[in-house]
Amino acid sequence: MAETEKKKVIKPIKNFSLEEYISSGHRACQGCAEVLAVRHVLKAIGPDMILAMATGCMEIISSPYPLTSWNVPWIHVAFENAAAVASGVESGLKALRRKGRVPDKDITIVAMGGDGGTTDIGFQALSGMMERGHKVIYVCVDNEAYMNTGIQRSSSTPFGATTTTSPAGKNAPAGQMTWKKDMVAIAAAHGIPYTATACPSFFTDLQKKVQKAKEIQGPSYIHILSVCPTGWRIQPNKAIEYGQLAVDSGVFPLYEVEQGIWKLNRKPKELKPVSEYFKGQGRYRHLDESLTTEIQEKINSRWKKLLDQCGEKTEK
Amino acid sequence: MGRKVGVEVSIAAADAVGLCDVDVVAAYPITPQTHVVEHLSELCASGELDAEFVPVESEHSAMSVCCGSSAAGARTFTSTSAQGLALMAEIVFIASSMRFPIVMLLANRALSAPLSIWNDHSDTMMVRDSGWIQIFCENGQEVYDAIFHSFRVAEDPRVSLPVMINVDGFNLTHVIEPIEFWSKEMVGKYLPPFKPLYTLHPSKVVSMGAFGMPEIYTEARKAQDEALWKSYPVIKQGWDELAELTGRKYSPVECYKTEGADTIILAMGSICETASLAVDKMREDGKKVGLVKLRLWRPLPVDDIKKALRGAKDVLVLDRAVSFGAANAPVTSEIRSIMYHEPDRPNVHNIIAGLGGRDVTPDHVIKMVESALVDTNYGYNIFGVRS
Ligand SMILES: Cc1ncc(C[n+]2csc(CCOP(=O)(O)OP(=O)(O)O)c2C)c(N)n1
Ligand code: SF4
Repeated sequence: MAETEKKKVIKPIKNFSLEEYISSGHRACQGCAEVLAVRHVLKAIGPDMILAMATGCMEIISSPYPLTSWNVPWIHVAFENAAAVASGVESGLKALRRKGRVPDKDITIVAMGGDGGTTDIGFQALSGMMERGHKVIYVCVDNEAYMNTGIQRSSSTPFGATTTTSPAGKNAPAGQMTWKKDMVAIAAAHGIPYTATACPSFFTDLQKKVQKAKEIQGPSYIHILSVCPTGWRIQPNKAIEYGQLAVDSGVFPLYEVEQGIWKLNRKPKELKPVSEYFKGQGRYRHLDESLTTEIQEKINSRWKKLLDQCGEKTEK
Repeated sequence: MGRKVGVEVSIAAADAVGLCDVDVVAAYPITPQTHVVEHLSELCASGELDAEFVPVESEHSAMSVCCGSSAAGARTFTSTSAQGLALMAEIVFIASSMRFPIVMLLANRALSAPLSIWNDHSDTMMVRDSGWIQIFCENGQEVYDAIFHSFRVAEDPRVSLPVMINVDGFNLTHVIEPIEFWSKEMVGKYLPPFKPLYTLHPSKVVSMGAFGMPEIYTEARKAQDEALWKSYPVIKQGWDELAELTGRKYSPVECYKTEGADTIILAMGSICETASLAVDKMREDGKKVGLVKLRLWRPLPVDDIKKALRGAKDVLVLDRAVSFGAANAPVTSEIRSIMYHEPDRPNVHNIIAGLGGRDVTPDHVIKMVESALVDTNYGYNIFGVRS
């Protein structure tokens, strides 16, 4: 029994749904990895779900009335409140099920927002949802800027990236002059049972994590790096590659925090240099060597800390 | 028949919500509505009310939770006031556009700054155009009855719109009044179970809250406006059947001693009781003065107002909010535009009074009438400003 369970987790590809819950014909840009992330999340959960979504790219590309791309029940209310709307859906269903007014069926409630709708304006609602303990999977699809309104910076935009509101210039040589907010650690610090990072470039890992979150009692938080060719100024056929590079350079490590235990999910033998990840991305074009070195040092120290948190041996 | 008890109006309102067997209550404290959600939390904790009590982290999330639970098909209630309403305003507009039959008790309070926790109507006027059904209450019994009526109207499939019950902060929320409680049987007769048209459930997949291109937005707005107007007969029917059940008759516009009146005062909320005392006094003095109480603020009962004011030479509208830099205060705006094309239209005077908890007595009202009748400026005046 335990053996089969283990197998299920190790080879989730066998359980992959062939169903599509977000249909083709949506209006995402070519090569958008954000919509790919959404597709994998939905596949991992299956049809018995309700999705509350924040305003942002994914909402706009999928729902120009009277069209819809959603093959699951879906609701959009506003930009900053996906977590609160999901809290309401979850509470409503809980009461209705208890009173026998809806079929007693297990339904997974998911809230989803971009990095802006999660780490900035939706931060408070998300914190409230996690603190109150609603059984909701919160998914942040992080493309590292406000893409829907035209590539403005967010608190999840990395140091050194240019956006339309963090352009590089004499007084701001790096473009974005602040470091990416560590939303995963903040979510984990709420003491919720499950937190993880993921990236559609590693889609088996992503689906496995979503499936895990689905089984967990209480809130869970999954932070997905979602490459945006438009905002990152890369070719549309490069999204998967840059996602892999982000993970293997330690820019966006894959790990999870389950019941307080940190675990690294992918450990490259050696981190690729960040310059390799930066190469070809228009948003990093202005970086000089010293800024690149500064960023590399930060990545190294963060990586060390993460290995430590995950109980991994660090090579001297 | 129900039993009559002396009870604080907030507590009675919460008890009424409990009798409606709500499924979800979203709660965030703000004076003077706090007692409402406090008592609901007690009812949930003790098991008297089987509902999910969601103690949110802000009013913005309170209304968002309400949208989510209402979309799931749950009977949903919340309550707020002033700054709380301002913070939730974004979602207040969305709730009506998405046709969620949420009921909210608004303990009317002045907006900041300066910070004031006392009563006027500036909070509700801020969301005047939000597409909610908005009713005003004059006393505790009206507040209590309004809870049952509001759920019934909001959830009626012909309506499916949220309802805001305006209750004057402190003046009503915190007073103890004799209130005739409803029995469970009465509620069962009056309020059918909530049967939403669409819900979020995997058994029937729907998308709610799509975005609207220019080709569709105007039509959506038109449909929403029509929906609000169409709620009028349902609101009236609800009040008529409430009268059959309780003997208490409510209507969108109510006339007090208006027969043969030359001068009519028009007001909303608890100030109507004060104004009616003033009318009594003036009638005793042989003055032909009457009072029109406006209970239904949205949708505005235009024809009822015309009928009620017909024959008057002068109308004095008592507003409880300022519309900064405008031609007149919010209620007067409506009355002036309604009466403009009427034959023998009355002079419509506008006095703003009772801001931020400033007391208004019957004598004040008499003074207002006297000053209005000699005023030919037809702008607006704020009563009792000390220089
Ligand atoms: C209260 C409010 N402020 C601003 C906006 C405008 N707005 C809509 S989407 C968006 C940015 C979305 O960015 P993000 O959450 O990162 O998602 P993305 O589009 O990048 O996927 C902004 C600023 C809004 N809809 N509501
Ligand atoms: S802007 Fe970026 S995130 Fe938005 S749809 Fe286009 S590629 Fe996807």
